[in-house]
Amino acid sequence: MTLHQLTIHELQNMLRDGEVSSREITEACFERIDAVEDGLNAYITLTRESALRQAEHADGLIRAGKTGILTGIPLALKDVMCTDGVKTTCGSRVLEHFVPPYDATVVKKLRDDGAVFLGKTNMDEFAMGSSTETSCFGVTRNPWDPERIPGGSSGGSAVAVAADECIAALGSDTGGSIRQPAALCGVVGLKPTYGRVSRFGLVAFASSLDQIGPFAKDVEDCAIMMNALAGYDPGDSTSVPVDVPDYREFLSRDIEGWTIGIPREYFIEGIDPEISAAIDGVIGAIEEMGGKCREVSIPHTKYCVAVYYIVAPSEASSNLARYDGVRYGFRADDGTDLLEMYKMSRSRGFGAEVKRRIMIGTYALSSGYYDAYYRKASQVRALMKQDFEDAFATCDVIVAPVTPMPAFKIGEKMDDPLQMYLTDIFTLSANLAGIPGISVPCGFTKGDLPIGVQFLAPHFGEGKLLQVADAYERHTNTERRRPAL
Amino acid sequence: MKITKREVEYVAHLARLTIGEDETEKFTSQLNDILVYMDILNNVDTAGVEPTTHAIDLTNAFREDRVKESLGAEATLVNAPDAFGDCFRVPRVIE
Repeated sequence: MTLHQLTIHELQNMLRDGEVSSREITEACFERIDAVEDGLNAYITLTRESALRQAEHADGLIRAGKTGILTGIPLALKDVMCTDGVKTTCGSRVLEHFVPPYDATVVKKLRDDGAVFLGKTNMDEFAMGSSTETSCFGVTRNPWDPERIPGGSSGGSAVAVAADECIAALGSDTGGSIRQPAALCGVVGLKPTYGRVSRFGLVAFASSLDQIGPFAKDVEDCAIMMNALAGYDPGDSTSVPVDVPDYREFLSRDIEGWTIGIPREYFIEGIDPEISAAIDGVIGAIEEMGGKCREVSIPHTKYCVAVYYIVAPSEASSNLARYDGVRYGFRADDGTDLLEMYKMSRSRGFGAEVKRRIMIGTYALSSGYYDAYYRKASQVRALMKQDFEDAFATCDVIVAPVTPMPAFKIGEKMDDPLQMYLTDIFTLSANLAGIPGISVPCGFTKGDLPIGVQFLAPHFGEGKLLQVADAYERHTNTERRRPAL
Repeated sequence: MKITKREVEYVAHLARLTIGEDETEKFTSQLNDILVYMDILNNVDTAGVEPTTHAIDLTNAFREDRVKESLGAEATLVNAPDAFGDCFRVPRVIE
């Protein structure tokens, strides 16, 4: 076992006992990156020099006994979070050269904690996509099969963790962008409750849905990351001032007597039989652990794709209005007047999927269509939120698939946006309802592609998610498999 | 047809996008597929349902109105495609 393969909790012990330095771990990660990155393209930007400086700083902190939660641990950041002095591109030509003059709150928290930043990871342009194919910096490849997509939009972060190109990573999840790539790459990914983690400095896609969360190699690491990330931030008026528990306290507990809800609408025709079988396996394991499974209903599930693909593009069309070529970002120089300059800059700067979503959103919000689309979708959203409140009145957590199919081939769905949108069916509802969700590896297909299981909990129920996920992980007790690279 | 080519062109203008002939054709067909799919929402009875635009019930977030340090002109202009003095420069607006 080499250093880059280890988990945060393993490395924390070694750092504390002086068996290893942060510099050595960081160097091991870069060696791994040098060995595999050409075939994967997980990173847009590598920050080798500053990472080694941060590692040395962390080693100093450790020697001085001033250790924080993630001191000396090398992490990867999705390129959607602002990093002071380091390019933040969002996978877009528009922000190709954008260097933020400040840190996102989560980045600042980790920096203050002495974490090491290896680089910024690839993503669908402005986080709009389910496959990391819409990045203007090329596709990211799934380490389990380089012909396949890693999922998205946080595909780069998922791959960096799966391929041991970092110890853990941050992503953002607007409609499944953490949970889905985590499932397709065989790692743990958690989307916190809306408002649990600050969005200050996260480049906005759909502001009522966006949430930052961790990718990790196991559930314990995920809990450690949450300890570092969660909390109220006055810089984000939608972050919620409620107490943050110590998420590690939810580990190594059992789930005896818990009621696990199985939403009948999530077990639909068309779901890949190997995925169904894997989820059945998880349900069996839960029962072996003393959990009681009962059917619940989320009646409006079948509408979630329609609701999401009205709400998210509507918010995006408004948020992305800021890319006008004036204050920062790409400007086309040949516009003769201001309006021309706006139009040329936006048309050449944005890729096809971003334009498509801006168009859908602009249409849905436009005069004469607002009631039929945006208002209608927001009403159905209210009903979906109620569905979950009703379901959680009768169960502790919900168990469900993350994706209806394993990782598909690169290029397979690029010409049919609606088919691509439909792959998000199991992850969108959590964002619309604002509830937390975790994706945990639960097996492999016959073709050796990872499968994930999703647990959902009521608002601020991250502890419950970590408890059930950790119990499941310990119960199955399988050694983590690694992709052959 | 949910949306015509002319409407696509109009929406592009509202969104401050210029799209070429090929792109207009493609968007018209793709947006039609997507908007037809959205029709399933008409199966939901939403009479009297208050729309949810936010998943967490939050009231206004107030803070004290205190003067704090801000970014400053230099840092603010660092990413500007075109700047002049302390200003962002844009093509002529007024004839």
